[in-house]
Amino acid sequence: MTGPSRSAGRRRRGLAGVALATAAAAGLAGCGGGPASTPGSTAIDYWLWDSVQLPGYTKCANAFEAENPDIDVRITQYGWDDYWSKLTASFVAESGPDVFTNHVSKYPEFVQRGVLLPLESLEATASVDPAEFQPGLAEIWQGPDGSQYGMPKDFDTVGLFYDQATLDEAGLAQADLQDLTWNPDDGGTFEELLARLTVDANGIRGDEPGFDPDNVEVYGLASGGSGGYNGQTQWSWLVGSTGWTFNNQDTWGNEYNFDDPRFKDTMEWYFGLVDKGFLPPFGIVGANPNASQQVGAGTAALAADGSWMIRVYNGLEGVDMGITKVPAGPSGKPSSMYNGLGDSISAQSENPEDAARWVHFLGSDKCQVIIGKEGTVFPARPAGTEAAMETFEAQGIDPTAFTDLVENDNTLLFPVTDHGATITSIMQPVMDELYIGTEDVSVLDEINSKVNALFE
Amino acid sequence: MTAPTAERTTRRSGVPRKRRDDTRLALLFIFPATIGLVAFYFWPLVRGIWLSFTSWDLLSAAEFVGLQNYERMLVDPIFWNAVQVTLYYVVVNISVQTAAALLIALLMQRLAQSTMVRSLILAPYLVSNVVAALVFLWILDFQLGIGNQVLEWLGLGRVGFFTTEEWAIPTIALINVWRHMGYTALLIFAGLQAIPGNLYEAAKVDGASETRTFFGITLPLLRPILGLVLIISVIGSFQVFDTVSVTTDGGPVNASRVLQVYIYQNAFAQFDFGYAAALSVALLIILMIVTFFQYRITRAGQTDLN
Repeated sequence: MTGPSRSAGRRRRGLAGVALATAAAAGLAGCGGGPASTPGSTAIDYWLWDSVQLPGYTKCANAFEAENPDIDVRITQYGWDDYWSKLTASFVAESGPDVFTNHVSKYPEFVQRGVLLPLESLEATASVDPAEFQPGLAEIWQGPDGSQYGMPKDFDTVGLFYDQATLDEAGLAQADLQDLTWNPDDGGTFEELLARLTVDANGIRGDEPGFDPDNVEVYGLASGGSGGYNGQTQWSWLVGSTGWTFNNQDTWGNEYNFDDPRFKDTMEWYFGLVDKGFLPPFGIVGANPNASQQVGAGTAALAADGSWMIRVYNGLEGVDMGITKVPAGPSGKPSSMYNGLGDSISAQSENPEDAARWVHFLGSDKCQVIIGKEGTVFPARPAGTEAAMETFEAQGIDPTAFTDLVENDNTLLFPVTDHGATITSIMQPVMDELYIGTEDVSVLDEINSKVNALFE
Repeated sequence: MTAPTAERTTRRSGVPRKRRDDTRLALLFIFPATIGLVAFYFWPLVRGIWLSFTSWDLLSAAEFVGLQNYERMLVDPIFWNAVQVTLYYVVVNISVQTAAALLIALLMQRLAQSTMVRSLILAPYLVSNVVAALVFLWILDFQLGIGNQVLEWLGLGRVGFFTTEEWAIPTIALINVWRHMGYTALLIFAGLQAIPGNLYEAAKVDGASETRTFFGITLPLLRPILGLVLIISVIGSFQVFDTVSVTTDGGPVNASRVLQVYIYQNAFAQFDFGYAAALSVALLIILMIVTFFQYRITRAGQTDLN
């Protein structure tokens, strides 16, 4: 569920994050591992990065251990940044987890280096039926050799979050947020909405005469940064609605399309919002802004963010959260990035068959319904998704803005290709430059050839 | 700085005394330190140099590629940018830090006699780099930082200390000045203590002004200490990493991507350890050249006190 873009928020949240992680670690030490393990049982180490999901998976592990008394699951949680460096270091030291939560931006490089076991090579996970999961989720975990390298866990899409009160102040009703349209030329009704929601220091709105774009108090759209190479919550939902795709094929493409006119036009429009005063400039928010904090602080009206953030927005103090669907684009349809996490088995595991039993359980209705009931993410199995929907609805949250996109197939896949880390190092500075305004979108031609050269 | 070079007066006792051979005992004393030095410095150094000739991603075996990493480095614009950014950082950091430390040291010698005050000056140095960086990150935050609030009250307007390309390096350099100036001042203060008081008395009798005394006596006699302090602090300054990593992580764009950060990102984000090792060797060479010239120019090995 969380993409690299989510991790971007970490720095600003530094202290709170540390406190959370510590609390989580303490809680873990308290209830979970160590001396409590049954003698003679096999220990399976399981890693994940999202502290919000730790309670759910602890419940899953307990249910699994009740069924399989010979296995002891030990869960460890590290924050996103530490997670990947620790994982790599542990592979080198051969002390890594047996099973770990994996991300599509990272797993291709693990596959290339042979550190993951194909699920079909193990008894418990020998047959993973893609039809048992939401459409497309099993396929993104299939390697170029056709092997299954991850058991689908959950999925995420992008929607627009807002505070009902800001809408009222702007004289808008929820109906004004339905069926929004957008195009890269004049921004459509979506840009009109952003203009309406933007307020300058003199209380003049973005669509009124005398508006001062250099002195804005409330920005129409919250900033999530420049988006790096995938723009998951920043611009992927805009560029996806033009019909553009990242690669020359769904997964394992060997060409990126950052030089496509549709991509360039979208970036020009998106970062052009800064000059119009509808999007906070880089100089104000920095490289790792957190959109939910801007909505919470009332400095931004609308935030495009992932479904994994529902709980965070809902918990913002003094914010009456509303969710609406991303606008329909030139293709006539809305679009959202569609991504899902998976559970992978390390090739270094000493008990791969037992690890596979745990992975099988993680991918079962039983565990995914437990996760769904937690109301944090949408599990990958329809029964789990259903459970999550019910939990959200019981809390008075309507999550259909996220799930409709999947049902109607209005999705853009997260790019699954090799060289993810190097592409990030090439794209991040350039996208930051576009955001700052020191570089023009024409630079994307040269950058795209640089990215594509990696695959030669 | 007028010491005739011919006058190489190393203190040697006139008559060679017959001394017990202490070599064995000396070796015994330095043995524990040597283990650490070899295991944590020499061995990684040798291994690092070897790695710079390989392509290695940690998980697969290292593969010898000859000079390929170095060829790539010479045409890598981000490497050259990192060299420039690092030099810019070092110049800002060292010039301000040394000037401030010298001033503090003089104040310590002339005014602040109390041990309490003198030890307070060292307080910032006791704060860890990461904590200092985090605290300043909050203080100087564009929207929430108290530093920017104050600037606004003063009517100066807010400044994007970590979010604009022109401010990133000066801000980081000054944070580290704040942290290190007390320590540097302490080293210089020790040097000041070593200057004999009678020289100042003589200057006073001759009616020399404060400025004249400073440039005629203090500065020349402090030269070896200043030279040593500069060599140590410049080497430390070139290796700036944690402050950048915590505050900007090299950004905005490449404005604060100093060498160490670029090395780290190549190694631990992209797992290109061979290239990262080559970059580290480049840093080693730069430091060796800089130190060599500093040593020669400041003649840190000699004193004019004799």
